[in-house]
Amino acid sequence: MAEIKNYTMNFGPQHPSAHGVLRLVLELDGEVIERADPHIGLLHRGTEKLAEHKTYLQSLPYMDRLDYVSMMCNEHAYVMAIEKMLAIEVPVRAQYIRVMFDEITRVMNHLLWLGAHALDIGAMTVFLYAFREREDLMDVYEAVSGARLHAAYYRPGGVYRDLPDSMPLYQASKIHNAKAVKKMNENREGSLLDFMEDFTTRFPICVDEYETLLTDNRIWKQRTVGIGVVTPERALALGFSGPMLRGSGIVWDLRKKQPYEVYDRIDFDIPVGVEGDCYDRYLVRVEEMRQSNRIIKQCISWLRQNPGPVIVNNFKVAPPKRESMKQNMEELIHHFKLFTEGMHVPSGEAYAAVEHPKGEFGIYVISDGANKPYRLKIRAPGFAHIAALDEMVRGHMIADVVAIIGTQDIVFGEVDR
Amino acid sequence: MTELLQYLQNLLGVAWLPIWTVVKILVIVVPIMLTVAYLTLAERKVIGYMQVRIGPNRVGYFGLLQPLADGLKLLLKEIIIPSGSNKFLFIIAPILALTPALAAWAVIPFADGLVLANVNAGLLYILAMTSLGVYGIIIAGWASNSKYAFIGSLRSAAQIVSYEIPMGFALVCVLMVSQSMNLGDIVLGQKSSVGLFGWYFIPLFPMFVVYFISGVAETNRAPFDMAEGESEIVAGFHVEYSGMAFALFFLAEYANMIMIAILTAIMFLGGWLPPFDIAPFNLLPGIFWLLAKTSFILFLFLWFRATFPRYRYDQLMRLGWKVFIPLTLVWVVVLGAWMQTPYWLW
Repeated sequence: MAEIKNYTMNFGPQHPSAHGVLRLVLELDGEVIERADPHIGLLHRGTEKLAEHKTYLQSLPYMDRLDYVSMMCNEHAYVMAIEKMLAIEVPVRAQYIRVMFDEITRVMNHLLWLGAHALDIGAMTVFLYAFREREDLMDVYEAVSGARLHAAYYRPGGVYRDLPDSMPLYQASKIHNAKAVKKMNENREGSLLDFMEDFTTRFPICVDEYETLLTDNRIWKQRTVGIGVVTPERALALGFSGPMLRGSGIVWDLRKKQPYEVYDRIDFDIPVGVEGDCYDRYLVRVEEMRQSNRIIKQCISWLRQNPGPVIVNNFKVAPPKRESMKQNMEELIHHFKLFTEGMHVPSGEAYAAVEHPKGEFGIYVISDGANKPYRLKIRAPGFAHIAALDEMVRGHMIADVVAIIGTQDIVFGEVDR
Repeated sequence: MTELLQYLQNLLGVAWLPIWTVVKILVIVVPIMLTVAYLTLAERKVIGYMQVRIGPNRVGYFGLLQPLADGLKLLLKEIIIPSGSNKFLFIIAPILALTPALAAWAVIPFADGLVLANVNAGLLYILAMTSLGVYGIIIAGWASNSKYAFIGSLRSAAQIVSYEIPMGFALVCVLMVSQSMNLGDIVLGQKSSVGLFGWYFIPLFPMFVVYFISGVAETNRAPFDMAEGESEIVAGFHVEYSGMAFALFFLAEYANMIMIAILTAIMFLGGWLPPFDIAPFNLLPGIFWLLAKTSFILFLFLWFRATFPRYRYDQLMRLGWKVFIPLTLVWVVVLGAWMQTPYWLW
């Protein structure tokens, strides 16, 4: 009898569906996967170590770069951990702004996931539809922080500044004349909240649009139903969180189970799957987008009625107002100390976790009382998910590997950190 | 004109026939190549508009020079031959893919009598030529000495072989109805006083659908583009090809697409016949109708690509073997019985 050898294939790191820099070594029997060995670390930047050498505020922008499709949620966990140690209360308006931006981020993340997942399975139109809406949310990021991706908007004690009264407008160019630009700017004339309100009214229709292309599509169902099934017991044992866990039918959402900020004042539902396959996780995430839209709506109406401070009035943590800094010795000193030496966090340790679009994103900080953390540990949801990749793809075909990578919603920024 | 031809014929003597044939071949091949070039532009534009973007619009007005720019780019690029490959087969594979794709055009009638080779076994010739194209793909995948390419070519071989069968049965039905294998006669067999109701897509509707879907599968187009499977096996069988060698595969794919579209038009949609044989319709030349029908089917190809997710390899096989082959087999029998009854009107 001839010797039969398994076919070993290197999948990535330069592969169209490697979602960044995933390297998989696949052992194949024909097209069937016998074993998948994920190799990680190609995007390792030493965020945790870098944080030990920087003041608390200087590390904040590094958090954006962890999961670079859900920037503000990463920041949120980080600032929450610091606030826990400082034992400061964040102004309610800042809490609402944070919740609104967390949900905007969730929609942004899920839009990218939906587009990439569909593109992996071969439906390329959804990708461009999803990016059309994502663009608007990026503009909101830009309006509030000046950056479209790496916002660095949250601060220990609140947020960097209040919501702006105007949106960035399109300018006439060779491609779009003044008339076309006027039409494009129609919903941007008002404040950021006006723009977001307009977005929340049209977004559910857009989600319907994506669903028309996918949800009842027979090919889509053939490609996702029964693929990458994870039982509830295994999902728990593997340390899943977020939509991956909810897709398996476990009701777990930090926004409900350990409400932080103002989530306990907001009305929303958490969708849960039944089978634990790719299709259920798809449905869960699509429904999450609709629920996020609901949350954003509630935040908008609260924020419209309740002006107020957006950052604590504690100069050891947050900088004083610019005018008073220019006129007042005390404030000048505070400003100088805060931006050179940074804030001192009392010694101790704290763990803060948020319901990140991908799961439970946690930051564990140990402080020895200095102006920088003694140790910072990042709990990234994607790391646990990719560890289960082998188990999920075994016995499936090459084409399903792609579907399963897509359903895990892996971003290497947070896995490799 | 006739005098000029006569003069040239006398001048060239025995060399006349080969030269005249080459001229006729060029008259067919050059427009095909141009159509392929502009089909790529049409694809990018059509899919672009379906995806709320505008497609190429920088090179020339509305991107009209884009295909030429792309062609020039590919022409000037180096053809990289992987060191582990079989050089001879690596070079010959794209040629093997393109040649049958173009050779099949010899028997396509563009209008009544306007055909390069009016052979009686035209249908068989087409089947033979379209089946030959798979060799180019298999050889390319094997000669590249790359795992992705190898998987791609294996998929493609299995796919094309499976879909040849339902396609063949669909053609058998056409053959039964038209009682001819000459493509010109098949079109003329669809001529009737009731216009488009005489076309074969009405009695053979299931076969029409099967033929078209098999055609999409046969040309490795989305949603059956397993052999390329961009998100799975990168580019499949032509992953190692660059420059003009890649362009030949590309040309072959699009030439095959146009081929399938024009065959569908000829066999099921009445070829060059107008939909109704009355005043405004029959004033237009036959070739206009043929090209209009072909364009419509090509548009469907592009529409599919923008809309559907990709099948998985085993699902594709299941569709071919468990749905199409039994369906076509049954329909051949049903059709045979139907044709013996007085209810057969075609």
